[in-house]
Amino acid sequence: MDLDLTEVEAVCKDLYVRALKLLPPDIKAGFADLARDETSATGRAILGTMVENIAVAERTRNILCQDTGIPIYNVVIGRDVRVEGIDLKAAIRRGCARATTEHSLRSSVVHPITRVNEQTSCGLRVPIIHVDFDDRPETVSVEMIPKGSGSENGSFLQMLLPSDGINAVKRFVIDRVIELGGRVCPPTIVGVGIGGTSDLCMHLAKVAATRKLRTACSDPEGARIEAELSRAVNELGIGPQGLGGRSTSFAVHVEVAATHITQNPVAVNIQCHSARRARATFTPGGIAFD
Amino acid sequence: MHHVLDMPIDAAQARALKIGDTVTLRKTLFGIRDATLIHMFDRERRTHLDLSGHAVIHTAPNVHRVPVSPEAPVGYAPFCIGTTTSMRMERFTDALMRREGVRLIVGKGGMGPKTLEAFAEQGGAYLAIVGGAAALETTWIERIDDIDLDDLHPESLWKFAIRDFGPLLVGMDSHGGSLFAEVQRDVASRRDAIIESLGAA
Repeated sequence: MDLDLTEVEAVCKDLYVRALKLLPPDIKAGFADLARDETSATGRAILGTMVENIAVAERTRNILCQDTGIPIYNVVIGRDVRVEGIDLKAAIRRGCARATTEHSLRSSVVHPITRVNEQTSCGLRVPIIHVDFDDRPETVSVEMIPKGSGSENGSFLQMLLPSDGINAVKRFVIDRVIELGGRVCPPTIVGVGIGGTSDLCMHLAKVAATRKLRTACSDPEGARIEAELSRAVNELGIGPQGLGGRSTSFAVHVEVAATHITQNPVAVNIQCHSARRARATFTPGGIAFD
Repeated sequence: MHHVLDMPIDAAQARALKIGDTVTLRKTLFGIRDATLIHMFDRERRTHLDLSGHAVIHTAPNVHRVPVSPEAPVGYAPFCIGTTTSMRMERFTDALMRREGVRLIVGKGGMGPKTLEAFAEQGGAYLAIVGGAAALETTWIERIDDIDLDDLHPESLWKFAIRDFGPLLVGMDSHGGSLFAEVQRDVASRRDAIIESLGAA
């Protein structure tokens, strides 16, 4: 399959807007699950407002949250696909900029030192583009994540010691969730990276935070820990928006990588309740959005 | 208790708000955030907009540029207006109240002890909105009436005309009350038992 880069550009533009407007079904189902178990009246009222907002956004064709985020594109390329990599990246970048200018989206991206905003949602190394490969024949998928910053500011890395063990990892996660309270727009998905190097560990936490609800870590030890932590965070009482209640998080997600014999890294990255993502899959049969 | 406030208000009206009360704002609301505050207070820039007795919301909106008209007096139409995390702006509350006369802050996630102190000294309150519910919030905004410091766009100083804006929850008041601090104390008291339940003590 030859990947048509004009199509890629148009799809990357649409994906940004779709992600901002339509909350994925698993997150909507997550709200229903939380509302069922919420005992705080304030918590129930806040969850109700969040669900109402999803309906208002769909009805008024508005975006869900004013934070257009840092744009992230995750590209996965299957077998027998022909594309010039450097041109693919340029097409994604053009699509991202066009979404911003043609839809009059707020550009939330600035140079980190001058703080100058180019008003295109683009800048040095942004949009963030990750490229990976898999086994699917003649298939390319592009996932777009507008990563909101109230929750992105809830990011932590700690290079614990091997002698601290997994218990220190668990304490680190619970203590960071407590420290963040309502600032990260709970209910959240708490993304946890365990292992790797410092950069891989942080990346794992982002992969975890942006993973679909009701999916499990592929590593059985990681899956066990995420189940334990998912139960524990909702016993804390932080609740929606930090105003009390059970619904602190939809889930804690863990992703794991092998690490060095001297290391015990843990990272936390939070996804707010506006857990937006959109994906398009290119095959010889056409383009499908989900 | 529910309060309907036609903005601007005075110190006594701000002091009448107690945590747990609800508030609907009417008439006028100003939008402000990180860069606006940094330029106003760290770089001493002044604004022609009169914030005295008013409420500010921590926001940077999505807007459309449109021709100037009675519906768009400065050529901007609201598209999506929501609320950002307040805690980043904690160090500016006192100056915002003292120099500009602001009475109410609308935000999400709550603020800290310096803000509580400023409220107690000068008469003010923090009104919690549901963060991330921007599409709904936008339906409470009528118009963008004025703007200043627009070189910081979208972190400009915005003057919004509002219809019934709320209900908002009084999260912090002039009497030392903070719903956020109450929850934090409650959470802290549960922490050790939860760590123990994980076998991670």
